[in-house]
Order: sequence, then C-alpha cells, then structure tokens
Amino acid sequence: MTYFPEEVVEHIFDFLSSHRDRNIVSTVCKAWYRVERLSRRIVFVGNCYAVRPGRVMARFPGMKCLSVKGKPHFADFNLVPHDWGGFALPWIEAAARGCPGLEELRLKRMVVSDESLELLARSFPNFKALVLVSCEGFTTDGLAAIATHCRGLRELDLQENEVEDHGRQWLSCFPDSCTSLESLNFACLKGEVNAGALERLVARCVNLRSLKLNRAISVESLARMLARTPHLVELGTGSFTVEHRAEAYQRLIHAFRKCKSLKSLSGFWDVAPRCLQSIYSICPNLTVLNLSYAPAIQGADLVKLIRHCFKLQKLWVLDCIRDKGLAVVASTCQELQELRVFPSDIYGTGTAAVTEEGLVAISSGCSKLNSLLYFCHQMTNAALITVAKNCPHFTRFRLCILDPGKPDPDTNQPLDEGFGAIVRSCKDLRRLSLSGLLTDKVFLYIGEYAARLEMLSIAFAGDSDKGMVYVLNGCKNLRKLEIRDSPFGDAALLENVGKYETMRSLWMSSCDVTLGGCKALAAKMPRLNVEVINDRDESDEMEENPSDMHKVEKMYVYRTLAGARNDAPEFVEIL
Amino acid sequence: MSPPLEHDYIGLSELPFSAAAAAGAAEDGALNLKETELRLGLPGSESPDRKEKVGLTLGLLPKVFGSGAKRGFSDAIDGAGKWELTSGGCGSEVEGGKGGALFSPRGEDGGGQLSGHGNAGKDVAPKADGQERKAAGQVGNSAGNDRGVAPAAKAQVVGWPPIRSYRKNTMATNPSKDKEDADEKQGPGCLYVKVSMDGAPYLRKVDLKAYNNYKELSSALEKMFSCFTIGQCGSHGIPGRDGLSESRLTDLLNGSEYVLTYEDKDGDWMLVGDVPWEMFTNSCKRMRIMKGSDAIGLAPRAMEKCKNRIRISF
Repeated sequence: MTYFPEEVVEHIFDFLSSHRDRNIVSTVCKAWYRVERLSRRIVFVGNCYAVRPGRVMARFPGMKCLSVKGKPHFADFNLVPHDWGGFALPWIEAAARGCPGLEELRLKRMVVSDESLELLARSFPNFKALVLVSCEGFTTDGLAAIATHCRGLRELDLQENEVEDHGRQWLSCFPDSCTSLESLNFACLKGEVNAGALERLVARCVNLRSLKLNRAISVESLARMLARTPHLVELGTGSFTVEHRAEAYQRLIHAFRKCKSLKSLSGFWDVAPRCLQSIYSICPNLTVLNLSYAPAIQGADLVKLIRHCFKLQKLWVLDCIRDKGLAVVASTCQELQELRVFPSDIYGTGTAAVTEEGLVAISSGCSKLNSLLYFCHQMTNAALITVAKNCPHFTRFRLCILDPGKPDPDTNQPLDEGFGAIVRSCKDLRRLSLSGLLTDKVFLYIGEYAARLEMLSIAFAGDSDKGMVYVLNGCKNLRKLEIRDSPFGDAALLENVGKYETMRSLWMSSCDVTLGGCKALAAKMPRLNVEVINDRDESDEMEENPSDMHKVEKMYVYRTLAGARNDAPEFVEIL
Repeated sequence: MSPPLEHDYIGLSELPFSAAAAAGAAEDGALNLKETELRLGLPGSESPDRKEKVGLTLGLLPKVFGSGAKRGFSDAIDGAGKWELTSGGCGSEVEGGKGGALFSPRGEDGGGQLSGHGNAGKDVAPKADGQERKAAGQVGNSAGNDRGVAPAAKAQVVGWPPIRSYRKNTMATNPSKDKEDADEKQGPGCLYVKVSMDGAPYLRKVDLKAYNNYKELSSALEKMFSCFTIGQCGSHGIPGRDGLSESRLTDLLNGSEYVLTYEDKDGDWMLVGDVPWEMFTNSCKRMRIMKGSDAIGLAPRAMEKCKNRIRISF
C-alpha cells in the first residue's frame, strides 16, 4: 500500500466514514498519518478537555466540520454544578486562527457565550451549519449575530438549549438576500419572534426542508408558512393552539394536504385533541413523530392518531399513552425502530401509566426495534426476558424505573436476570441504562456478555466493589461509564486503572470513593485528569485540608493529552 | 446568564398530594375533595390539617398579627426562607416542612435544599444507597407528624428521574392534563390580566407569563402600585387622603394590609397563593388588590379552600 501515490491512498480513505476507522489508519505509518490528517474533513472531539483546540486545528488544517462535546452526560440531570466548564470560546478562537474554512460546527453540552457566537459569525466566510444541543450561556443577541453575518447559512439547529431571551429581533437580522436556509430549528426559544420576518424568510428560502417553530408561533402563521413550503420534510408545529372552528384551522388542513413530503412532526405543545384530525392526512407518510411535549393528548386521541401512522420508525410519546396505547403502536407500527416513552407525572403516585406490559406488547409487535428509552413505574424479570427474546437487535436500551431500587413486583427479586437476558440476547448492544433493584450479579452478566457495550449508566445499583470490577474487566469496548449512588469504592476504582485510558470518561457520584482513592488514581495515571467536584454549598464549609478518608461527592475522570485544564472553577480540584 | 438554581422539577402532584390521598378524606366526605386538591409542599413534608395549621402559623410568624392567620406576602416568602435554613436541625424540621410548604417557589428551592441536604448528609451513616438518602431526607420532616408518612411517599433525589432540565422546565409550564379545556385558547407567549386596587384611580395590566412564581408577581405588583400608597407618592390627589391614612394606620397597626385576590374562570373571587403557580396563571382572569378589611367578607368561603393568604405589603 505504501507504493500507491498519496492521491490514491487519500481516495481510499474517503470511503472510511467512521472517525474510529480514520483514527486507526492514521496510526499505521507516517505516510498514512500525513495523508489522513490532511484529508480529514469531519473531526469529532468527544470530550473538549481531552485535547487542546489548537492541536486539533494544527493536525487537521483541512477541517470543514467540527463536533465537540463538553459536559459529562449527567450534567443533563443537574448533577454537574453550573460553572463546571465546557466553554466553546477556546474552540472557536482556535478554529478562527487555524481553520478559517470551517463550514459546520456542532456543539453539545457546552457553554456558548454571545461573544463566541459573534466571533463565529465573523470568522468563517464559508460557514454553513450551526447545531447546538443542550448548550447554554447565550442569548438571542448571539443568534442575531449569526443571522446577520453568516452569509449562505444553511442550517441553524437549536435543540433543547437554555437561551436567554433578549427580544424578538434576531430573526429579522437575516438579510433579505438570505435564501440559503435549508434547516431552521428554534423550538427551544421561549420568547416571541417577529412572525412577519419569519414568514418572509421562510418564503424566500426555497430549499427549506426542516422547520421547527417555537411555542410562540401562532397557527395562523404556521398555516401561512406551510402554504409556501409544500416541500417541507420536517416540521415542528409550535403551540398549535387553534379553535377547530376557526378559519385558520381550515387553512391549516388545506396546507397540510399539500405537504406531500412531510415525514417528521413534532411540537403540538398546546394542541386540543380535536385538532389532531388536521394531520391525519400526513400520518401515513410519517416516519418520525414526537409528541413528548404534548401532555394534552391523552390515551384515546393518541391512539386514534397513531392508527394512521403505519410507516413510523421513530416515536417519542408521554406515558399517558398507557399500556393499551402501546399495544396499538405494536400492531400498527411494524417499522418502528426507536421508541421513547417519557413520564408525564414525575412524582405522582397516580395510576401507573405504563408498565412492563406495554413494553412486552411493543416487543412482540415491533421486531425491528433497536433503540429504547422507557420510563415506567415497574418492570419484571419475566417481561425483560420476553423483550430480550422478541427484540434481539437492540443497540440502545435505557430503562428507567421511576422508583430507585425497586424490585420485580411479582417476585420481589432484583432485576438481575431480566437485564442479564437483555445483554445476552442483544449482541450489538452499545448503550445500556439500568434501574430498579440490582445486585452485583447484573454486572457479572454485563461484564461477561456485553462485548460491544460502549456506554453504561448505573444508578442505585450493586452491592459491593465486585460489581464495578466485573464491568471494568469485562466490557472490552466500554468508553463511558457513569455511576451514581452505588456502593463502589476505592478498591473498585483502583482495580484496573489502565482501563481508563481506553475509555473516554468515568463519572462517579454519591459512591464510596474517597479522596485518597482519587489521589492514588491520579498518581498512577498521569494521562488522566481526575477531577473532584465539590458541591458548591459545601465548599464554603470545606476544611482547608480534607482528609483522604473523606468521601468524594462527585468525581470525573477522563483521559487527556492536554493535561490539567486551566479553566476549572474553585470547586473543582484536579488531582 | 444567571446560573439556574440546582433544584429539581417539582411536579404538581408530589408528596403532599399522595399523602393526602393515602391518608383518606375524612374532612371532605364522600367527594374526597382533599384527594383532588393540589397542595404545595416541600417534598417529604406533610400538609398538616387545616385546624392545626392556623395554630401552627401563628406560632411561627415573625410578627404578631391581630386575628386570623394573616401574614404579609413578603413575610410569607421570607418566613419560608427562614424556615428552610432551620430545617437542618431536627426539631424545627417538622414546622419548617409544614410552614414553609405553601409556596411553589420556596417549594422548589426547598426541594433543592432538602435533597442537597440529603446528599450532603455524609454524617448520616452514608451508604451510597438511594433508599438511605431518601430516608435521611424524610426522617426529620415526618417526625412528630401525627398523620404519619404515606406509604407511597417519595423523597426527592437530585437528578432523579433522569430527565433533561429542558424537558422538566418545559413540561412544568404545560397545563396539567386533567385541567385542559379543549376549547380554551392560550395566549402565544403572554397573558395580560387587569389588576385593580381599591382606592387607586386607574387599573394596570400585567403579563402573568412574565413571572415564574408568586414572589416575582408580588414584587412586580408592589412596584406597580406602590405609588398609590400613602406617604410614598404625594401627587396622586387621592381624595380623602387623611381619612385613608387614618384607616391605613389602623390597618397597619392591626397588621392587615392589602390582600391580593383574583377572579377565576368560574367567576369566583379567590385569594391568590393557594394553588400552584401554573394552575393560577391558567385560571386567573383578573386581579384585585383588596383592603384587608374587605377580604374578611371573602374569608369564610375562601377559608374552606385555603390554608394561607398572600398579602401585598407596601
């Protein structure tokens, strides 16, 4: 292979789509390293602190798309203090200096300031796509800068970010000459936008295929926009508040009938169930339906709707669909691949909305199911064993039994056998989240059978250090391990320290790990950052020199080439 | 951007609701109104009986009032805050739980505090076991409660269930499914209601969606209407000022200030503060700042429905 001219090698590398494959070929020899690095266009950085931004830019000068992830996953659930880190600015600054040809930037769980967005807007003349997922720190002023300066912007996708509202004018900042938008998603913005400016923008962007509106957009406005975008493929409807007798509703129905390309629907925040009829004409074409923000749609109406959706591949619903509703999904949606059932009533003890029955029903009808997120009030081993048999193709299986540490209600046993069946049967399982009452046994199973497992989330589980050790010693492909409220301590932490260099990160909170254990880990493994995160409330009371026996509340360990980071706040101690 | 408080989503039907359900409905008879009544409470706390409550409140109030359980709105908020701080101690935890229970904003903070407390309570023989922490969080609150802890009681654990904050926040502002009226139109992003004040020459309008809780609303109203109170703004030419100031003084002496009331969807005049914030914004049609003395007429009927009052103090 080394006798091939570089252009040929580069061409061959073009066929390698995954980052991992490209990373591997670049280690073969210096020539390949060089060819690969100059030809890499898409760069993915899973942990923003694993490598310095400048180094990434230097290695991949031809980079066009950059993805960076910041905070650990448990930050989604308020387990990571607010100012922990994950700042986007250093990345944007480095890219501005090193890769001015950047076209796409995707950030997840990072702190993005308006300053960063302004810098972004001005630094990359070919910038085409900005995707921010679960980020925070910016306001609509930052969005205004993007709208104003990014000529030729194709995609602005804001997913579930915390955006401070500084007024509605940002959308009007798209110049009249902007006709390039293909995807616009501002569903997470709480404030109003200038509806007129939006409608004009939508009308002139003839290539627009994805439009996700926020709750403030009225149905009248939606109807007008739909009339101008009959080729829309994805739609987020906004609040969808309309009187079924209103003229706007009729116009909406008419507009929907013309949208023959619509495949994905979401939104419906305030919809009256009666008005769902307006989308019946589109349902047979839908492959993606997200009703997880529509608590107003209850069982019967939901079921009526779903009966029309026989091509559905991805369904997100609230648990008010009930087990019966899931049975209807099972019989209607034979193509279903991904199902997410979210709780609508988190702390209530009200009627259990979905149980193991619903999941079993789904598994018997939807044999193509490969991705599951299921919040329920109870689960049984028998059900899990049945599900494992029916659906051996799971790649992502996340089960959340709302009551932590709850056993199988039929047998009062832990759910070890149930989850064991899942990992044994689903050989391609890459992601697993556990819940319910679990002993060390489940980890024995996981270590033994979950060969492809990459991410494991553990909460309120296990009896002893053995549990964690089974996992660390067993799962060859483990990349991310996150544990909370489980009895794993220093012995487990230090059992297989080399393992952590093969993983992206380890998170442990409310476990039995002590400061001494963390120090020992840091001392043994210089290429790991061992962060001890103290609760802010406590840090004032913290003694100057806490003893090594002191249990660590939160610990985040990750491999890094960059050494200790210099932007850590006071309450984070890097050992 | 101001850092969000590290606290949990508080659903509308949390512990007190379940406690009420489990404890039966002796007072309300066959209709079991208590079961459907939404109460605000710190997690792990028990909503006390109404009769007990009055006595309890008086004992805990920082100020001494005349008759009835009257408190200034800001006192209620501040009082709740004080109670929270003492919730670390065992003895006052019960009162703290009960007394501070009634406002959703404090409830949220309390929730965060409590669970933070629970998690930080390393001295409470920590097994890293959720059950243990739940118990720790619950122990103080249910101690001494004569109704006992409902079997279905759940304490709040930080970050559990694992739902993204964005989703929690969004769902919190959605109307409760049971209360949804199919024909009801909701404003796109604002909800302006008229606010009148007894003795003021003109009304104001406020956008309820601009506030997240009762505390913010009350501060805004205080600012808006402070110019109508005696001694703060002399240029309004309110007739009979002297007479007003005399009764105003009396009012102050008796500790009865203005009372904030609202007219709900059914046309009833209710005292502001009883129901969860979201329920209030969904049902409020307009508001009226009544003189405390006027509100007494409202009281007997309203007393059945509430445990506490929101007052504006100027």
